[in-house]
Amino acid sequence: MADQNELYQQVILEHNKKPRNFSVLEEASHYALGKNPLCGDQFAVYLKLNEDNGTIEEIRFQGSGCAISKASASLMTVNLKGKSEEEARLMKDEFQKMVTGQLDPDTEPHHLGRLSIFQGVKQYPVRVKCASLAWHTLEAALNKEQEAVSTES
Amino acid sequence: MVTLMEKTATHLDVERIRADFPILKQKIHGHPLAYLDNAATTQKPLSVIERMTDFYMNEYATVRRGVYEMSARATIAYDEVREKVARFINAPSSSEIVFVRGTTEAINLVASGYGRPFVQAGDEVVISAIEHHANIVPWQQLCQEKGAVLKVIPVNDDGELDIEAYQALLTDKTRIVSVNHISNSLGTINPIKAMIDMAHQRGIPVLIDGAQSIQHMPIDVQALDCDFFAFSSHKIYGPTGIGVLYAKRQHLNAMVPYQTGGDMIESVTFEKTTFAKAPNKFEAGTPAIAEVIGLGAALDYINAVGYENIQPYEHHLLTYATQALLQIEGLRIIGNAREKASVISFVFDDIHPHDVGTLLDSRGIAVRAGHHCTQPVMERFHVPATTRASFSFYNTQQEIDALVDGLRMVTQVFR
Ligand SMILES: Cc1ncc(COP(=O)(O)O)c(C=O)c1O
Repeated sequence: MADQNELYQQVILEHNKKPRNFSVLEEASHYALGKNPLCGDQFAVYLKLNEDNGTIEEIRFQGSGCAISKASASLMTVNLKGKSEEEARLMKDEFQKMVTGQLDPDTEPHHLGRLSIFQGVKQYPVRVKCASLAWHTLEAALNKEQEAVSTES
Repeated sequence: MVTLMEKTATHLDVERIRADFPILKQKIHGHPLAYLDNAATTQKPLSVIERMTDFYMNEYATVRRGVYEMSARATIAYDEVREKVARFINAPSSSEIVFVRGTTEAINLVASGYGRPFVQAGDEVVISAIEHHANIVPWQQLCQEKGAVLKVIPVNDDGELDIEAYQALLTDKTRIVSVNHISNSLGTINPIKAMIDMAHQRGIPVLIDGAQSIQHMPIDVQALDCDFFAFSSHKIYGPTGIGVLYAKRQHLNAMVPYQTGGDMIESVTFEKTTFAKAPNKFEAGTPAIAEVIGLGAALDYINAVGYENIQPYEHHLLTYATQALLQIEGLRIIGNAREKASVISFVFDDIHPHDVGTLLDSRGIAVRAGHHCTQPVMERFHVPATTRASFSFYNTQQEIDALVDGLRMVTQVFR
């Protein structure tokens, strides 16, 4: 069951080493800070929504954390570019369901694409927060929340 | 009764010791469990588990209240443990032993019961840079409430307290010093005897947080001359939910109760309540009776193994592990004090401790990854978290080898 490779897939390791979209976005229209106080993981997510059609024109992140949280944030940015706000929110919900074992991407319909490589996280309950931190932060950014979001609230 | 490990003069028979701890026989993810998180909590020998079970099966009743035989017997067993604790740390009297939930509650009790009456606006409380949150937050709260000032003894890059700076922090305004004996995140053994003497020269009382030292070394509160000493049963092979505050009698008499209610009173009317004498004054409510009994069995167990056997063996594990870990590329030990207990915190610059912890777990190796409730220590050493391996006398050299192999695997995965 706990084959480490289920969690530490090559793609995840690679995104940890070379995170994509890993910089501040000065012209962001949306921004939020997410923290996992138990681990010290901390990421900021920046978004620029298209003024006409509301799609995600640009998305970046910054911060530090474990391989799971960092790769999750990196892959999130890659997969959200060009998506609408509704699609992004739907993917956030599906991602959360997948990592908590309520959605099986192999047998159920979903919009997660290759983000399904994070399904192994469900075997590691203590690591769910790492994988979902970036997504909670994304949601906070979309909601324009002022306070930093925390995985502990 | 269960057979305890017999006292051996100089050598510790680890295999026999391990047979006393049923949980250690487990496999985790198909690998033999290597339990290396003993600074967080220690496993329980069969003698403790069986003593508590037996107490519940045959002897359980309330204490200090019943007139019937069962309660009288339970009270005797309970009080005997108080005597045992007093002997264990060489307290002058069992009336100076207060049962609490653990170290956290002991420190809160002193911060409230001693701090509130004796710390005023402008006064100072001295702690160190390497305290557990349990020995920071209660004092910080007290200082905020009173308008007092929290002073922090600095630590050098090796994890040792700066004793000269400590001396300079002691002033006429200092009302209490509260420091740990051993740091849970760095393993540093602090020179508490000297620190206590320095405070006493100015008449300042000292609380020693012994949460980490009690499992590693004999404690003599009279030789130390500390004013308060706190520890948790669960870190010395006993049950959770029970701990000890030792305090000198004069302090206990001067302190105000922290909680009030049943068992801590002499008489109650609606106009006035007279409190019982210490230690009962500080033990409101029905206590953790079976846990006290379990703590007694744990102390018996430690006495049977003997600190004179525990100390050299654990020191050997520390030395062996330190040398082995330093062979691993990219691994940096945080905390290199000259005097250290068998606790090793380490980091890799580009691998997060949580990833290390999860990967080691896949091999059955249980270590702690995080800030260890010492966030200021993490900040001081510029790391978000560390991985910590902490060894007990039931750990083996093979388990350290497994840890080292596991860490090599981790560095491979993250190559
Ligand atoms: C140095 C130190 N102080 C205090 C505590 C708190 O002990 P407890 O959680 O048993 O109250 C711990 C335990 O983690 C500790 O290591």
